[in-house]
Amino acid sequence: MVNRIIVGAHYGLKDWLAQRVTALLMIGYTVIFLVVWPRPMSYAGWKALFAQGWMRFATFLLVASVLIHAWIGMRNVWMDYVKHTGVRLANLEWPSQGAVSTQSWWGRAAPACAPRCSCRKRA
Amino acid sequence: MPDLTAKKKRPLWYNLSPLNLPVPGLVSIFHRVSGVVLFLGLIAFLYLLDLSLASESGYAQAAGVLRAPIAKLLVIASIWALLHHMCAGIRHLFLDVDVGTSLHTARRSAFAVFIASLALTASIAVRIW
Repeated sequence: MVNRIIVGAHYGLKDWLAQRVTALLMIGYTVIFLVVWPRPMSYAGWKALFAQGWMRFATFLLVASVLIHAWIGMRNVWMDYVKHTGVRLANLEWPSQGAVSTQSWWGRAAPACAPRCSCRKRA
Repeated sequence: MPDLTAKKKRPLWYNLSPLNLPVPGLVSIFHRVSGVVLFLGLIAFLYLLDLSLASESGYAQAAGVLRAPIAKLLVIASIWALLHHMCAGIRHLFLDVDVGTSLHTARRSAFAVFIASLALTASIAVRIW
């Protein structure tokens, strides 16, 4: 009898794809940022850049991409090096917890470019 | 039929120093290490971005923090990690779609990742120092 551990289908493919899609989004944001960032740097220019709707939306996509990318990456690193089942399970949690709480903190604490505001109706 | 379970005398080679990790392997492990470094720096980055956008004084405060030499060193290290991770990631995306997968090209592109990320980091480092 084959002793198989069934963990569900497509997790690997989804993570693989998510890692690539988020990577492309982050590269795109970097290119755009290098074009539009205020020179010389000043608070007014910095604030004005992040006050625009499209920039808020792009920054929301960036933060979401970074968190998803970092979560999958850190989890993969963890799964490669930590073999003890209990420690493994206990600690697979924290990257996701960290990602979720960072995202919600970000939503509250950054009114200037809060992701929630990016979905707000235009006045 | 040969006895597959019989213990054969296998060669032992404990001395790993003559074995060199090829350049693509170095790019790979640096990709991993830089990823972990970037993860650790993420909270500081988000905090500073938030602070700089919160108010005029917050912006000045964030700028003040980044003016300290130790902060500049950390920023330069993070930029190197970011650029290496990004260059290695772009190379990886090309390999995913079967571009540059021959041994020769893969080695050249691995070299290019190191050179490009180090050169870009150096040019940014002299500007922010």
